[in-house]
Amino acid sequence: MKKYLKTHEWAELNGKVATVGISNHAQDQLGDVVYVNLPDVGKNVKAGEILCSVESVKSASDVYSPLSGKVVEVNKALETSPELINKSAEGDGWIAKIEVSNPKEFDTLLDKAAYDKFVEESH
Amino acid sequence: MELIFEISTHGRRGFIPPKLDVESYTLPDELKRIEPPKLPELTEGDVVRHYTNLSRLNYAVDVGFYPLGSCTMKYNPKLNESAAIFDGFSKIHPYQDESTVQGALELMYNLQEALKVMSGMDAVTLQPAAGAHGEYTGVAVIRAYHEHRKDFERNEMIIPDSAHGTNPATATMNGYKAIEIKSDKNGMVDIEALKKIVGPHTAGIMLTNPNTLGLFDENVLEISRIVHEAGGLLYYDGANFNAIMGKVRPGDLGFDVVHFNLHKTFSTPHGMGGPGAGPIGVKKFLESFLPVPTVGKKGEKYFLDYSHRNTIGRVRSFYGNFSVLVRAYAYILTMGGNGLKRASEMAVLNANYLKAKISKTLEVPYNNGPCMHEFVATTEPLLDYGVKALDFVKRMLDYGVHPPTVYFPLIVHEDLMIEPTETESKMTLDKFVEVVEKIAEEAKENPKLLQEAPHITPVRRLDDVRAAKQLVLRWK
Amino acid sequence: MEPYIPHTDQDVKEMLETIGVKNVESLFSTIPAEKRINTVDLPDGIDEFSVLSRLRKMASMNASADKYAFFMGGGIYNHVIPSAVSQIASRGDFYTAYTPYQAEVSQGTLQSLFEFQTMICEITGMGISNASMYDGASALAEGVLMASRYTQKYKALIADTVHPEYLETVRTYVAGPKIEIEKISHGSDGRLSLDDLRSKIDEKTSCVVVQYPNFYGIIENLKAIREISKDVVFIVVANPISLGVLEAPGKVGADVVVGDGQPLGIPMNFGGPSFGFFAIREDQKLVRTMPGRIIGETVDVDGKRGFVMTLQAREQHIRREKATSNICSNHALGTLYASIYLSLVGPTGLKEIGELNVSKSHYLLKRLEKTGHFVRTFSGEFFNEFVVKTDLDVAKMKKALFKNGIVGPLDLSKFDEKMRGQVLFCATEANTLEEIEKLVSVLEAM
Repeated sequence: MKKYLKTHEWAELNGKVATVGISNHAQDQLGDVVYVNLPDVGKNVKAGEILCSVESVKSASDVYSPLSGKVVEVNKALETSPELINKSAEGDGWIAKIEVSNPKEFDTLLDKAAYDKFVEESH
Repeated sequence: MELIFEISTHGRRGFIPPKLDVESYTLPDELKRIEPPKLPELTEGDVVRHYTNLSRLNYAVDVGFYPLGSCTMKYNPKLNESAAIFDGFSKIHPYQDESTVQGALELMYNLQEALKVMSGMDAVTLQPAAGAHGEYTGVAVIRAYHEHRKDFERNEMIIPDSAHGTNPATATMNGYKAIEIKSDKNGMVDIEALKKIVGPHTAGIMLTNPNTLGLFDENVLEISRIVHEAGGLLYYDGANFNAIMGKVRPGDLGFDVVHFNLHKTFSTPHGMGGPGAGPIGVKKFLESFLPVPTVGKKGEKYFLDYSHRNTIGRVRSFYGNFSVLVRAYAYILTMGGNGLKRASEMAVLNANYLKAKISKTLEVPYNNGPCMHEFVATTEPLLDYGVKALDFVKRMLDYGVHPPTVYFPLIVHEDLMIEPTETESKMTLDKFVEVVEKIAEEAKENPKLLQEAPHITPVRRLDDVRAAKQLVLRWK
Repeated sequence: MEPYIPHTDQDVKEMLETIGVKNVESLFSTIPAEKRINTVDLPDGIDEFSVLSRLRKMASMNASADKYAFFMGGGIYNHVIPSAVSQIASRGDFYTAYTPYQAEVSQGTLQSLFEFQTMICEITGMGISNASMYDGASALAEGVLMASRYTQKYKALIADTVHPEYLETVRTYVAGPKIEIEKISHGSDGRLSLDDLRSKIDEKTSCVVVQYPNFYGIIENLKAIREISKDVVFIVVANPISLGVLEAPGKVGADVVVGDGQPLGIPMNFGGPSFGFFAIREDQKLVRTMPGRIIGETVDVDGKRGFVMTLQAREQHIRREKATSNICSNHALGTLYASIYLSLVGPTGLKEIGELNVSKSHYLLKRLEKTGHFVRTFSGEFFNEFVVKTDLDVAKMKKALFKNGIVGPLDLSKFDEKMRGQVLFCATEANTLEEIEKLVSVLEAM
C-alpha cells in the first residue's frame, strides 16, 4: 500500500525497507523530467528532510523523504532515463529504497484517498 | 550554420605572431604540452566571414525594438564606443603608477560623484562587474555592518515575491535566509505582513522600486520606517533606476545601499549578456565597509583609496569594468542633468502610452493608475484558445519584434513584462501595438499559427528537453 | 534636445491625450510628494564633439601602450591583438544584443558561446565549460564555493602564490557560507610546498587551489599536487595564453580550471572588463553545482541543429534562493573576443605565441642579471614573468624607466611588505628586442 506526503512524495513499506518516489500528480506538474539528482547510497535521512532533487527544464524541485532511515538502494535506471518518472512516477520511476528506522512514521502519512482529496482541494 | 570547427582545414593560418628576435629558450619537456588543443585552423577571411554570418542571426538593439522588461534595452550611443577604445583608456594597465593614469582616475572619480548626486548616497564603489555582483557587494556590506556591531543574530533578508531571482540568490550567497514577503492586491509590499516578519533577525530588505510590475511602491516610507525600527537596513535594487532619475532619490527615501546597472540606465551595451557594471552607493555610516579601492581626490591629484577600515574586501580583481565606466560617463556628459531627467520622463511616458494602447487588447493587471517605466500584461484569457504567453511572444519574432520578458514576475500568470525605454519613438510603439493586436486576433482565429511560431527565424522552436537530457555542451 | 530621445512636443501631446493625463509630471504621482524632486543636479548635456574632446583630454593624461613599452604583468598583460578581433566584435548585432532569452533570434550569440565553451575545453583539457563569469578572481571565488557545495566540506587550501587580489576576493566570498581558508606556503623554487600541502590536507578539506603559472610566474607541478590531493577538488587558476606550450591542467588531473580571459585578445582596459572562464571535468553531478550560464546543442522542430541555454534549473531566475550562484549577466562579449582570437591564432599560433613569451622573458632575465643589479628570487621554471631582487631603489628605477618610455616592472611590496626590493618583470610577444635593450641600457646607467 502506498502512502503520501503533502509535498507530493509516496512511500511503500515492505518489511523494514520503504520504496519512495514522487507522486503522479507531482510529475504532471513538473513536466518533462530531465535529471534526477539521486541520493548517495548510505545517506541517512530524517522524515521531512530533503532526500534529493528532480529537474525539469524550467524548474528544480526538492524531494522530501517521507520516512527516516538509511538509503540502501537508488534507481540507477533514472540516471539514463529520467523520463521513467513521467511514464511511471509511482512504479518504474521510483527513486530510492530506504531502510526505515521508525516504521511507525509510515502510519502518519496520508492514504491515497486523503492525498487525492488534498490535491483536489489545493487547486 | 556550420560550426567554426567544421570549416577548419589543417595548415591554415589566420594570424602570424611577431618573429622571434631574441635567442630562443625551451622549457623542460616534462612541463610541455603534448597534445595541441583542437582549435580551428582558418585564414583571417574565413574567421571574419564566420562571425559576420553568426552576427546576422542575432536580434539586437541596433536592429530593432527590444522591449524586454526590467532589462532597459535602450539605444547604445556610438560615441560611447568611440571613447571606450581611445588608446589612453583601453591600453593602460591597472598597476601603473597612479601618476601615469590620472585621466582614468579622474573619470572614475567624476562618475562616482555623479552617481552620488543622482541617488542621494554618500559614497560609491565602481568595482562590481554586474547588477547581481552589485547586489552581492551591497548585501555583504550590510552583513559586515551588522557583524561589526556584534549583532550576529540578524540572519534574514526580506525579499518581495515580485523580486528578481538574483535577490534571494544574493541573500543565500551572503549566508542569509531569504524571507519571501507576498505582494498585496495592489502589487505592493504587504505592510501588515511586513510588520509581522521583521524583528531581531532582520538584516534588511531588498526592494526594487519601481518593482517588477512597473509600480512605484507608495508605502516605501512606511517600509523604511518599519525595517529601520527593527534594526534592519534597506537595499535598493537599481534595476529600474531608469524610471526615477531627477524624480526621486533612493537616499531620500531611506535606502542605505543602492546598486546601479550601468548597462541598463546608463546606456552601455549589454554585450550578449555582459559585461555590465554594477556600482553601489551607500550612506555615510556604511562607507568604511565598501570594497577597496575606491577613487579619492586630494588637491588636484586622484588616487586609489584603500583606507576603508572595515572593508568587506574585494569582490573582483582590479577596479571595475573600466571601459564600461567610460561609456556610462560619456552618456552622462552627453545627456547632462536635464537630459537624464528627460530620459526618465520619456521612459515613463512611453510605458504609460503603451499600457493605455495595449490594455485595449490584452489584460493589464494592477492597472489602477500610472505605471513607471514598464508594465505587465497577461495573455491568460487566450489559454481558452490553447495559446500560451510563450506562443504569443514566439509569434512576435515572425513580425521582426523582440518579445517582452515572459513568465516574470512570477506573481502574474502568462505575463508579458514590457519596457519600451525612452529611446523609442511613438511610431515604433504604434507599430508594436499593431503587432500585438494582430497576434491577438490570430490567437483566436488560427491558434496553430502561434503554437507553431516562429516560422521565419533562422531556426524554429528548439527542443529544450533534449538539450537538458542529452547534454551536448561542446563540439567533439 | 537629446540625440537619443525621439519625442517631439507634438508626440508628447498626443501620447498624453491617449493616456488621459494632463502632463508628464502626473505620471509620477505615486512617488511620495514630500520626497519628489524635479531635477538632476548635474551640468546640462553637451554635444558629441565636446564630449569626445573632454574624454580625449582625459585619455591623453594616461600613459598607454601605444606610446610606452610595457614590462608589467601580474594578471593583466599587454599582448598583440589581431585587428580582426575588435573589428568583428564591434558589430552591433553582437554587442547590442542581450542575453539570448529568445533562442530563435539569438543563434549568433548561442553558437559563438557554444564554440567558446569548446575552445576553453580544448585549451584547458577539461570536459565542460560554462559561458563565462565576470573575471578570473570572481571565477575562482565561485569555484571555491562550488567545491564546498559539492563536497559538503568547508576548508579550502590555497597556495600563497595565488594572485593576492584573487585571494582577497575568495576571502570576501567565503564569509557568507563560512568556508575556512588556509594558505599553503611555497619553496625556494617558488612552487607550492608539497610538504606543507601534505600536512594541511585532511578530511575537512574541500579544495586545493593553485595558480598556473603562479603570481610569481612560476610553473607549478600539477601532477604532484593532484596525487597528494586525492579526492579533494583540485582547482587550477590558469593563464590561458600559456596553454599553447604548458601541459593542459585537465590532462594532469584538475577538477576545475578557472582563469581570466584578458590575454586572449582583450585590451588591458585598466583591468576590466575581460571575462572569467570556468571549466570542470565531465561529471553529471558536478555540472549541476556549477555557476553561470551553459549553452547546449539541440534541434528545432524541423530537426535543424540549434543552440539554447541549458541546465537553467541551477540558475537564480529559476531556483532563486537555492541557485548555485546569483550570477545573471556574465561577460559574453569578452568570450567573443577570445573565440575570435583563438580562431585566428589556431593551435600553431597559440603555441608560437607561448614560445615567444617564454623566450622573450628568459632573454630579459638574462640581460637583467648581466647588469649586476638583479638576482632571481625563485629558481623554478617560468612562463612570461619572473621575480628579481634588486639593489636599486625600486621607485627611482621605475621613474627612470618611465622617463625613457617604459612602464614596469611591478613593485611587489605593493602586495607584501616582505617582498620589498623585489619586482615582477613581464615580457610578452609584444615586447621587441629593441625595447628590452632600451630597458637594460637605462638600468645599466643607474
